[in-house]
Amino acid sequence: MDIREVMENYIVDNILFGDGEKLQEDVSLQGSGVLDSLGFLDVITFMEQRFGIEIGDSEVVPENFDTLRRMSEFVERKMNGRTAAR
Amino acid sequence: MCGIVGICELKPGHHTDLRDIQGMMTQIRHRGPDQSGIYLDDRVGLGHLRLSIIDLQGGRQPIHNEDETLWIIYNGEIFNYVELRRELQEQGHHFYTTSDTEVLLHLYEQEGSRCLQRLNGQFAFAIWDSVNQELFLARDRVGIRPLHYAIHHGRLIFASEIKSIFAIDGVPREIDPVSLDQIFTFWTVLPGRTAFRDIYELPPGHYLKVSRGTVEIKKYWEIPIYSRQEQLDLPVAALCEQIRDLLTDAIRIRLRADVPIGCYVSGGLDSSGVAAVAAKKLGVSWNTFGIRFEEEAFDEGMYQEKMALFLGSTHRQIWATPQRVGDAFAQTLWHCEKPLLRTAPAPLYMLSQAVSECGLKVVLTGEGADEVFGGYDIFKEAKIRQFWSRRPESSAPALLLNQLYEDIFRDQRTKRFLQPFFGKGLDRSWDPVFSHIIRWDNTSRIKTFFSAEMKAAIGAGDPYEPVRESLSERFHLLGPVGKAQYLEMMIFLSNYLLSSQGDRVAMAHSVEIRLPFLDYRMIDLMARVPSRWKILGLNEKYVLKKVLQPFLPDEIVARRKRPYRAPIVNCLLAGASGEFTRELLTSRAVQRATMFDAGKVGRLLAKLQAAENRNEIDGMALAGILSSQIIHQQFVEDFTPRSHSMIRPDSIIDRRTSAKTAA
Repeated sequence: MDIREVMENYIVDNILFGDGEKLQEDVSLQGSGVLDSLGFLDVITFMEQRFGIEIGDSEVVPENFDTLRRMSEFVERKMNGRTAAR
Repeated sequence: MCGIVGICELKPGHHTDLRDIQGMMTQIRHRGPDQSGIYLDDRVGLGHLRLSIIDLQGGRQPIHNEDETLWIIYNGEIFNYVELRRELQEQGHHFYTTSDTEVLLHLYEQEGSRCLQRLNGQFAFAIWDSVNQELFLARDRVGIRPLHYAIHHGRLIFASEIKSIFAIDGVPREIDPVSLDQIFTFWTVLPGRTAFRDIYELPPGHYLKVSRGTVEIKKYWEIPIYSRQEQLDLPVAALCEQIRDLLTDAIRIRLRADVPIGCYVSGGLDSSGVAAVAAKKLGVSWNTFGIRFEEEAFDEGMYQEKMALFLGSTHRQIWATPQRVGDAFAQTLWHCEKPLLRTAPAPLYMLSQAVSECGLKVVLTGEGADEVFGGYDIFKEAKIRQFWSRRPESSAPALLLNQLYEDIFRDQRTKRFLQPFFGKGLDRSWDPVFSHIIRWDNTSRIKTFFSAEMKAAIGAGDPYEPVRESLSERFHLLGPVGKAQYLEMMIFLSNYLLSSQGDRVAMAHSVEIRLPFLDYRMIDLMARVPSRWKILGLNEKYVLKKVLQPFLPDEIVARRKRPYRAPIVNCLLAGASGEFTRELLTSRAVQRATMFDAGKVGRLLAKLQAAENRNEIDGMALAGILSSQIIHQQFVEDFTPRSHSMIRPDSIIDRRTSAKTAA
């Protein structure tokens, strides 16, 4: 499973409890109501545990988190040890 | 304090069966284990279960007037009965008991429905006028005592608890989808509704009259609203003096009883204040009771012990461990009769058991102070958001809200989300329910678990609209804090706090609660006090703290308010109660009850079992779904209307034309 799939499965199972059709790769997670503040926190905690990364305060920005694609790319960059976008 | 049941035939011809009344009484024996009595004639049947507190020997009910034309069954206390009795005696009324019940009956005889304005108390009662063939039911102003009814096959069936109504053969027992939707929005149903279809609750401050077969419901009191011009303009010292005197009097008349009285002491300002004022001004020595939690985030034990030492009280504590709370949850629901999004009622159910085991029947509590004096965070939230809505570019409100909810936003990273979270709906400050939109929208997320069938039955209506429609015409006169207070009082206080965390869990163990802060005079006085004295800046219950300061240790006055909460997920998923939870939430069980989407419920369970960081909303969802399933099982699927051991009343007055001697 690639990162995007892992993230998608997590969100579908744990945030949407199966309502997967709401989730598309480039749709704003906040704008479409998929994630609220608590939801983001939930996802951040999961990402840290699942991928063994640490996410800093300054990295929690829409550029890294607002769509499924951005999240997956962000995790990928973190795992490759590259500097995260700001 | 007692339980009442009754049936009124709306059309002549059909007679009430003694066994129906007995069956109804049997369901709520816990409300009145001391005595029982029945009145029957060709039109009505009235049943009473007594928990004797005033006039232990003479107060047996039903009670009648001098010529036995009026009959009353009554649950509650009229605290100013001593003064009213004196007045009625002067007017020539004769009494055969020393009870408050008889005072109420004569007052009704004298003044009709207007008598309700004169009562200072907590009550639900029925008076039968056998001459005019009129039945009069009434409930206290804020809804401390419950009263439910249904109209079925030409009969009005009423009772303190719904289970008594279900004891009548043929009364349909179905979960009401709109009520469930309300519970999953507001944490409780709106006034007048119950969790069940076609079963109603007489709203607080209302009476119901049956006359010539017609049922009429009227409001006799509403939450007082004063415009800024009508409010008091007193210096704070003078205000404090008035409040102190009134609070002392509210406590004084609530100590009237022919049995000893205890006090709940949580360690917070309100209950500590009640206990301390009573001890210092009225010389009461207390038996006090408090709840302990193992999890530090919920526990207030240290403050309770400080207060007990300070009061010199005999303090008893019960430990609300996750296991015990989980074990008590189903039994608590049997008494609350509605789904719950919280487990917090369960420890209170356990606490009343401890009171009862000590041989006490009455406790004073500090409940109501947060509503009346402005104690809740949601009031501060309202104040901040109102300010913010006028200055959307300011960053100060988000920071203030962060401080306010530091429990929720523990993780510093969530600060990023504060703005969008609390900024939601800022453009809707015109909306009367503006203060509660965030809470209700947030809670509503758990409706994602409703089944397609349930969603269809609920329909697409705006769940907030019935709230807007039921607001007082004077609501617009209130400021942001006042509006939020009004909504809390109308929805959360009467239908949740006084019920699921009040009467129902206390009476489960035959314990009566008395609430000095909800004396109607106090509610009225505080409605005339400007909001700034309630929440000064962001200092909640400012004026109450000032009033109580001379009576309490500084530490209790200065401590940060901690809302009473109990853990959810640990209680419902651990140990033996966890097995019970999983059993009730199997795909088959969920599908059978048809309320929830079994697939989603399964995913929620899996998430909660795996996750270490459980969020508030998922916990609420679990409590809500599980409690709905339990309520469905207890009242819809498995309810058996007839108990094996039918109650045998101590007295039966049978005036039916066909009367035979009762057993």
